[in-house]
Order: sequence, then C-alpha cells, then structure tokens
Amino acid sequence: MSNPTTITVDDGVPFVDTVREFDAPVSAVFKAHVDPDLLAKWLGPRSTTMNVTEYNTVTGGSWRYESGDGNNPCSGRGVFHKVDPDALIIMTFEFDGAPDQVGISTTTFEEVDGRTRIVAHEVYPSVEARDMALATGMNYGVIEGYERLDELLSA
Amino acid sequence: MGERLQAAGRRVKEPFAITKQAVSKHIQVLEHAGLVTRSRDAQRRPVHLDAAALERLTAWLDQYRLIAERRFRLLDELLASDGPAGLRRNREEELT
Repeated sequence: MSNPTTITVDDGVPFVDTVREFDAPVSAVFKAHVDPDLLAKWLGPRSTTMNVTEYNTVTGGSWRYESGDGNNPCSGRGVFHKVDPDALIIMTFEFDGAPDQVGISTTTFEEVDGRTRIVAHEVYPSVEARDMALATGMNYGVIEGYERLDELLSA
Repeated sequence: MGERLQAAGRRVKEPFAITKQAVSKHIQVLEHAGLVTRSRDAQRRPVHLDAAALERLTAWLDQYRLIAERRFRLLDELLASDGPAGLRRNREEELT
C-alpha cells in the first residue's frame, strides 16, 4: 500500500499544491530530487528517455531536460533560486512549448513520524498557463498512466 | 442541461448530518462552479446536476492525479531499491 497523494488544483488561483510522504529518510528523498541520474528514473515518462542535460542543484544553478517523443516533446529549463540541502528547493520552470510562461515551485522536505513529507507549491503566471501545462503533461503521460494502473490492478 | 435530480434543498439535507445553512453553502459553491443549476418551483428550489460538467472536471483532474501518482510510485520503488541508485545502501551506512 503506497502513501496517499494530495493534489489541490483550485479554480481561480494559478497554483498546484501537492503533498506526499515517502517511507525513506529525508536525505534519500532529497537526493532523488537533486541527482540528475536518479531524477531521470522517476520523473520522466517510462516509454521515452529523459535526457537531463543540465542540473546544477545549488542556489543560482540552472537546469534543463528533454523528454517525451517526437509527437509530444516535453522539454524545459529553469534556475534554482534557492537550494537548502535536505530541506528546501525553490526553482523556476519554463516549458519549451509555452515560452515566457515561467512558473515557480517551492518544495519542502521534512521528517514526520519517521517518514519524509514533501510539500510542493507551484505558482503559474496565470490559471490558463497552469491548465495548459497540466493538459500538456497529460498528453504524453496518460496512456502510460493507464498502463501503470493496469499493472497495479493485476498485481 | 444534464441529468435532472429534482432535489429540493430540504430533501438534499435529509441524508446528511449537517445544518441547512451548510448545505446551502455547499450548493452555492457547486452552483458557482457551474456543476449544478437551480430553478424555482413554488416553494421548492430544485437543484439540477450538470453531469457532463462534473465528468469533464473529474476526468481532467483524475488524469493529472494518475500521472503524478505514477511518478511518486516510481520514486517509492527507487527509494526502496538497493541497486545502482544506492539510496537504501546509503541509508544503511548512515544507520551503522
């Protein structure tokens, strides 16, 4: 049984709020967010390779990755506004499919009852930009999501 | 217009252990979101569910939730593995 995921996407405000706990120490969960090789193992779609070309996870560093396939490319870039090891990542993100629509995400990592809780607050420049970003993400992810669900249901 | 529920406020309230005011507030929120509409029928205020609107909303968000969940389960697996990622190995070293 996996831990529940809480995702809040409210009308009228351009935010996506996500809360999730992991049965692992803060240092491991944080490492999976800042090590590009580890990141590629879980963040990108399984059917395509996720090419992390730049991921300099220090305050003032920058990142870039390319993933998706020819029909549904999903690449983006941004900068790390602040990185506080095992505690906080504040970064900007801009997808190539939506130039000049720059979002900011703040992710905190904290130990709660021996588990690690991450709380992510994403702010988009507008509700429209948020909805577009979520819809684009779904384009390449939804089929795989259902495949994954099939596996879970048959397990 | 979607499916007609023909449910008056009083009838909506009966199965729930909350106040009439709270029910009204919830209905107002749903109405504002375009998920239900209300009409006037003498003393009754029937609430009509726009099932299509509700379906569009939940299908859209559910798809996103499914993708996010897939990502987090991959991360769960990664955190539990002792392969090249070495996350668990690091953890054991920290403990010893």
